[in-house]
Amino acid sequence: MISIVGYGSYVPKNRIKTSEIAKIWGKDPQNVERGLGVYEKSVPSLDEDTITIATAATKYALKRAGIDPEEIGAIYVGSESHPYVVKPSGTVVAAAIGCEGELKCADYEFACKAGTAAIQNVMGLIEGEYIKYGLAIGADTSQGAPGDALEYAASAGGAAFILSKKNKDSIATIEETLSYTTDTPDFWRREYQHYPQHGGRFTGEPAYFKHVGTATKMMMDRMSLNPDDLDYIVFHMPNAKFPVNMAKKLGFSTEQVTQGLVVSKIGNTYSGSSLLGLTAVLDVAKPGDKILMSSYGSGAGSDSFYITVDDAIEKKRDMCPKTWDMIDNKRYIDYATYTIYRKKILMR
Amino acid sequence: MSVPRFWREIPYRYRLIGSYCEKCNETFFPPREICPRCRRSGDIKDIKLEEEGEIFSYTVIRTAPPEFDVQTPYAIALIKLKNGPLIMSQLTDCEMDDVKIGKKVRMVFRKISEDGEAGIINYGYKFVLAE
Ligand SMILES: [Zn+2]
Repeated sequence: MISIVGYGSYVPKNRIKTSEIAKIWGKDPQNVERGLGVYEKSVPSLDEDTITIATAATKYALKRAGIDPEEIGAIYVGSESHPYVVKPSGTVVAAAIGCEGELKCADYEFACKAGTAAIQNVMGLIEGEYIKYGLAIGADTSQGAPGDALEYAASAGGAAFILSKKNKDSIATIEETLSYTTDTPDFWRREYQHYPQHGGRFTGEPAYFKHVGTATKMMMDRMSLNPDDLDYIVFHMPNAKFPVNMAKKLGFSTEQVTQGLVVSKIGNTYSGSSLLGLTAVLDVAKPGDKILMSSYGSGAGSDSFYITVDDAIEKKRDMCPKTWDMIDNKRYIDYATYTIYRKKILMR
Repeated sequence: MSVPRFWREIPYRYRLIGSYCEKCNETFFPPREICPRCRRSGDIKDIKLEEEGEIFSYTVIRTAPPEFDVQTPYAIALIKLKNGPLIMSQLTDCEMDDVKIGKKVRMVFRKISEDGEAGIINYGYKFVLAE
């Protein structure tokens, strides 16, 4: 069995309110807020990017894992906003934590599910005894074009997980993982394009709901689970409506979803989204609790994980800032500052 | 800054690796290859400095070089690291009114500069207020 031995999250401090963005584009702020269930979103500072967010989350994960960084045998960073098109993010993270040398390393891309894909790959390397510890990260500083519906939610944040074979330091054990994948053109960004394109209404039913729903049902069938066997449900959160409706469709209650529903206060952190939800759940879960997490990546696919919380969570969770505390530690910026922070205007 | 120079300086810029003279017990940052006190008889080793400290002194930059102009106002502080030397660093993610001598700070890993839109991105240490 493969376990999480360390986890860490990071959310930038800046927030912009949905109502502030709606005002600029002449939309009714309350309509937009209610429609998305997103009230504010995180914005990276000028000196933050996917690499710095990944590193911040990783340093907390290392602290909770209590291991020497040199024991990490693999680093995979999942993101759709790697700062370089050519030159990996993972090598910078490796240097920043001090584990360069004998190390497997690559960056992953699969829209918003690249981080969960990274976890699956690390699991395989540990199971195959190629490495003892592996680090999987999902982080993004995603952008929506000014005025596009995506602009209300596209945000920044990330989470990092250190995995190993199950031992006395296990925080949570991944009992099973599976994926459901099809070729579905719901969202894309071509090379040299600054902002992504999407298929409008096409993003809901045939994309998000079909893939997350199928992967989750496959997992519940495989593990013979009923909805009330689970304590916490985490789905990818492009907005608050989709995961809540998905849960309802599959027979889960709102209570099972609420703890992980970070999207309402920080927006859609893309590769960080479902993983930040998982960290928020681990921050409060008790040993023995059962968690089901299904990510979603446009293009499209969903990775589902069935997780049991272990005893070491009790002694490890207070070692680092908790996800909801980080979400509450914020400062608001206006739209003008936001355009400068996100380089939406040309400057000399 | 040139790419080779930045690359050589990665350990100290990314992880606060300084140097320590085992003979005179002095810690140096940026790291030294030869102890300035003991000279040839010194015994220099690498040391990982603490990532926490407090503000010893600071100045607020309101007129910056063009590259950093968008960040103004920002503070540059002399920081006394726990069990370590004084180091100079930019403070980030803070309001200028909250910056005070004696305040606790901790290290974060951030972008320091970019060589334009197409060049290398230089990363390294900055500090944030700890509370
Ligand atoms: Zn000396």
